[in-house]
Amino acid sequence: MIEFDDVSFRHQNGVMALREINLKIATNTLTAIVGENGAGKTTLVRHINGLLKPYQGKVLVFGEDTKKQSVAKLSRKVGIVFQNPDHQLFSDTVENEILFGLRNFGIEEKHDRLEWALEFFDLSRYRNVSPMLLSGGEKKRLCFACVLAWDPDVLILDEPTVGQDYKHKEKIVSMINNLLQKGKTVIIVSHDLEFLWPQQPRTLVMSQGKIIADGNIAEALSDDSVIKQANLVRPQLLALAIALGLKPPSNVKEAAKVLAR
Amino acid sequence: MLMQALKVEDYTFSYLDTKNPALIDVNLEIAKGEIVVLAGPSGCGKSTLLKSIVGLIPHMYSGSWSGKVIVDGAEVSKTKISELAKKVGFVFQNPENQIFMFSVERDIAFGLENLALPKDEMRQRVDEALSLLNLKNLADRAPHELSDGQKQRTALAGVLAMKPSILILDEPTSLLDPHTAHEVIGTVQKLNKNLGITVIIVEHRLDLVSIIASRLVIMDNGRIVANDAPKKVYNNSEALKAVGMPIMASLHKELGGIGEPPLSVDEFVSVLKIRND
Repeated sequence: MIEFDDVSFRHQNGVMALREINLKIATNTLTAIVGENGAGKTTLVRHINGLLKPYQGKVLVFGEDTKKQSVAKLSRKVGIVFQNPDHQLFSDTVENEILFGLRNFGIEEKHDRLEWALEFFDLSRYRNVSPMLLSGGEKKRLCFACVLAWDPDVLILDEPTVGQDYKHKEKIVSMINNLLQKGKTVIIVSHDLEFLWPQQPRTLVMSQGKIIADGNIAEALSDDSVIKQANLVRPQLLALAIALGLKPPSNVKEAAKVLAR
Repeated sequence: MLMQALKVEDYTFSYLDTKNPALIDVNLEIAKGEIVVLAGPSGCGKSTLLKSIVGLIPHMYSGSWSGKVIVDGAEVSKTKISELAKKVGFVFQNPENQIFMFSVERDIAFGLENLALPKDEMRQRVDEALSLLNLKNLADRAPHELSDGQKQRTALAGVLAMKPSILILDEPTSLLDPHTAHEVIGTVQKLNKNLGITVIIVEHRLDLVSIIASRLVIMDNGRIVANDAPKKVYNNSEALKAVGMPIMASLHKELGGIGEPPLSVDEFVSVLKIRND
């Protein structure tokens, strides 16, 4: 369980990035956080692994106050895959990049974890290549591989689909399902509402440091004023359902079934 | 006047020390004033093709090639990169990699200073670019004070001030929120309409860009596998396998695929309503 209790956060320049956030995220659930650029989404998730500490209020992760724990200890439980891979990658080879976290956390079966991560993320052929020589999409997959390798309980994915083609987006979906089956808690920050829609996550809409809507994705995106305020555009199947007065279908097959009647 | 913006003729390219060519027998003609969307999985050769158009290949990357790439009448391999820079403008995925000066105005002027244009002409071109992209009120702002959409518009303005005949956008909206992404796509459409500039957009999300495209080109494994009007390509399920079928096209197919596939929700709804009347 992750709990935000009346959390506010102020940047050093005085800008309030989070305003009185109250939030509970249950273990083994999928949560999406959406909203305009600069709404506070990334600031919010960085409170979960203790990278940022609240200016006011408190954040509890599995019952423990993040202010009383080190980032090193928290990040064993909470892994963040950052939006920009260049902020995360620094080793001389892909293999060492993945091993870095495994060594730091003293994980015994590190070689098995390494092989699994290379294989799953389609990176085996780059094992001895410098991360800096990978394409943008490949770098992003390497970031997934590094974090998933140490098997944290909570996975935070910040804009996971940027630069990913169709095939790799499908792969991210199967990775998320796989994590949920293993009992993990997954939080996705994303502008890619079409990617989120078929997964029907609980969705938090943020704007100007506040959560302005919270519920199943169809509910959270139902209000026109929320869409406008958070600079969103509805996923196509939801827009279609609203235009035709139907119950929102979660995928194309379902939509076709309803429309064929 | 030349009506062709780009001609790629029997073009094959292999990077130095690689076994397989990155591009194989590519043929592509783009007329002036078109908006062409280029899509394909990672590693399909899109980037190599773009590099071959802007001249980074063969001027900066070594490799072997056959065939020709002709941009606005100039054969790329025989034209200096500084000459090509006047013909082709390139907007990157992340505007932060592109804008760096102390103010929006200075940033837009940067490329022009490199061309050593007379001061009056520079002033005029900067003013034009500012008004085209609705940035007049932001001329003195520092780039870090801008929103992401404004940053991307600044990057576009800097490129347009160079008056290129082709504008290339490499996933220009992937870091933007959905509303701002639609706004940037709308701006590109407006620029194309008002200036007649030829546009090539690389984008994974066909749903977002097909609606403004005159043509959709799909690449896979170094080859062009589809090259036609978006609606025609939307009927080509085999070629779409490489990029994933857009949602409305997929729904249309699921419902029996009668008539042309729609490019947007609005189009789908209006066709449905006509049919039900």
